[in-house]
Amino acid sequence: MNTIASLHIGEIGYISEESLDFIPLKLLEMGCLPGAEVQLIQIAPLKDPIYICVNGSHLAIRKETALQIKILKANL
Amino acid sequence: MSKNNIKVALIGNPNTGKTSLFNQLTGLNQKVGNYPGVTVDKKQGVSKLSATQNAIITDLPGTYSINPTSVDESIVLKTLLKKDIKESPDVILVVADIENLKRNLLLFSQIKDLEIPTVLAINMVDQMSRKGISIDLSLLKKELNTEVVLISARKNEGINDVKEAIIRCHVAAKASPLCGINHKIDPDYFHKLKEISPNYSLYELWLMVTQNNYPDTITSEEKEKLLAFKQDVSKLKKYQHKETIYRYQEINKILKKTYIVDKSKATDIRSKLDKVFTHKIFGYAIFSFILLVIFQSIFDWASVPMDFIDSTFAQLSDFAKSNLQPGVLTDLLAEGIIPGVGGVIIFIPQIAILFLFIAILEETGYMSRVVFLMDKIMRRFGMNGKSVIPLISGTACAIPAIMATRTISSWKERLITILVTPFTTCSARLPVYAIIIALVIPNKKIFGFLNLQGLVLLSLYALGFATAILAAYILHKTLKIKSKSFFVVEMPNYKLPSIKNVLFDVIEKTKAFVLGAGKIILALSIVLWFLASNGPASFKNSEKNVIENSENQQLSDVVLQQKIASAKLENSYIGIMGKSIEPIIKPLGYDWKIGIALITSFAAREVFVGTLATIYSVEADDENTTTIKQKMASEVNETGGKLFNFPVGMSLLVFYAFAMQCMATLAIVKRETKTWKWPLIQLFGMTGLAYVSSFIIYQILS
Repeated sequence: MNTIASLHIGEIGYISEESLDFIPLKLLEMGCLPGAEVQLIQIAPLKDPIYICVNGSHLAIRKETALQIKILKANL
Repeated sequence: MSKNNIKVALIGNPNTGKTSLFNQLTGLNQKVGNYPGVTVDKKQGVSKLSATQNAIITDLPGTYSINPTSVDESIVLKTLLKKDIKESPDVILVVADIENLKRNLLLFSQIKDLEIPTVLAINMVDQMSRKGISIDLSLLKKELNTEVVLISARKNEGINDVKEAIIRCHVAAKASPLCGINHKIDPDYFHKLKEISPNYSLYELWLMVTQNNYPDTITSEEKEKLLAFKQDVSKLKKYQHKETIYRYQEINKILKKTYIVDKSKATDIRSKLDKVFTHKIFGYAIFSFILLVIFQSIFDWASVPMDFIDSTFAQLSDFAKSNLQPGVLTDLLAEGIIPGVGGVIIFIPQIAILFLFIAILEETGYMSRVVFLMDKIMRRFGMNGKSVIPLISGTACAIPAIMATRTISSWKERLITILVTPFTTCSARLPVYAIIIALVIPNKKIFGFLNLQGLVLLSLYALGFATAILAAYILHKTLKIKSKSFFVVEMPNYKLPSIKNVLFDVIEKTKAFVLGAGKIILALSIVLWFLASNGPASFKNSEKNVIENSENQQLSDVVLQQKIASAKLENSYIGIMGKSIEPIIKPLGYDWKIGIALITSFAAREVFVGTLATIYSVEADDENTTTIKQKMASEVNETGGKLFNFPVGMSLLVFYAFAMQCMATLAIVKRETKTWKWPLIQLFGMTGLAYVSSFIIYQILS
């Protein structure tokens, strides 16, 4: 199963419904909702944290959090 | 402030221009206070809404949601839950950013459900066409069932509309929930919750349960019933998740009808700038360059006004002495108060320049990129990317820096940041560094452009940072604190800094510093003057003794007067204190006069310069006006050489780099950590390190 952490720069995915219980409330509140489109924008030079755009919000999150959020990759 | 003023609470996500709006509404009619029990700054200002109506506007800390994850954000919840009836707002003004309207409306929907009259101000509408956004305002008003105003706070557009909306909203005093939380989640559960009390809205009761925060007005019976709801924690968590998703669904429905983004019309420089600023080489290079520019300019730009302030106060003191009636009061003024005030004023240039740079970096959105770049590195040392901001702010003053750690939600990471921040070179160390560097390091250029003195100063900053990082690593490995680390940072859009916001920020922080630390410095200057001009019996006899002893020598009047002054100082209370610690500090290369300055520096470092100013002005003869620097340079040691020679200077620099010598910082650490344990660890750990390091440096160099 893919997670946000497995996206490549520029790639887009959709947060899967089953992730709901693993998304911290704060991230949910910032727009990281099941079904939302998430794009990986940048990875920090030391591979962590990562910079994503989800639901229009530009956020930096740590890899450990990203690994918990499952996604479906968009078919390009 | 009359009773008829409307109390308005200003709330919004970070980076929405909340501060700009606050500044536009209140102008310079602002004051900063404290919330009871916590040290979060409470900014309030008066705004003239109409010819007859004023409002008191409270600027609450920026937050993404009413559910707090940090100390800062908990203030918002406490204010809104009417902890204190006098503080509870009549109208809430929510600021949203046009580009992130969806996310901003989440907070709005929570606030609306509190059933307090609410005005929504959508900011940065001047960016609409550039972002390809269009909005149906009248429909949005209807759907949100509230006053909605489009504004551009930076361009001062729409501010009058906001004022009118506040009045209308206050008069109508109608408030209804937007989403309501009961229907879709668990009607039964929420019905039972609502039955507990008719005095609160359902959402208020829900917040009391989930956030364990109760208004003063709640009865013990009601509280007991609410506590019963807290039993099933996993259910609470699940319902909070569902609530958030439900809110977003409602918001999406509304925005679908009222808010259109045409991405093809959007032009964005964000991605281009991000590629450079977060690049693995350029990113760090730019950050290092910015730090270099900041520190070089502190030394270069600030030296002119500092020298001016230094000499002005020396002249002022001299003027007072020669033009006022001689006596105790004149002495107090000329030797106590004037040098004391001068010792405070002299930092203003450096502090203002530092706060100016920090404010610009934060305003432009660049600081978030630094957090992003630095998180992984900082984590290895038990800190957080967000720790970078306290560590940089610490170069101005540790007090606001320690307060800035409140955004770090992991307790261990926050504690470590608090403990090591005082190692960074604060501006109170700068006058000490500046004067010692000027005395022992030659003023010349190396490689034709680098100022050697500036370079030494830069190395001291590097030493401070390196020690902070090293101390953090040791604490990271030794502190056994379990705390969940969670990290999320918004990467705001880049924007040009608003001059008004930056200036207000600089003025406010400088003022707080001068008034806060300034009081301690001034009070100590006066105490010092007293201790230096009074003493036991030997002090009173010293003048007579000197005259008797030198009867056989042919001394000029000036030399005799100097001898008397010197003997007096030696026998004064402060002289006795300095002498009694001389055996301890001798191995570091210091004499008893430096000892006096060390003693007083334990109250606050900057007092070092003020103390020496007082000591040397007490000692100096009246006819010669010289600056502190000149006085220090002419001091001689036992062997007849310069007292402030290279080994002593280096030893002092290292001592001041490491020692914990700031009462105000210790007090703030106690307040933030709620125990004396951590400030005491700082006091003894840092000062012990300072003593050992200075001992080694002096012994090697001399």
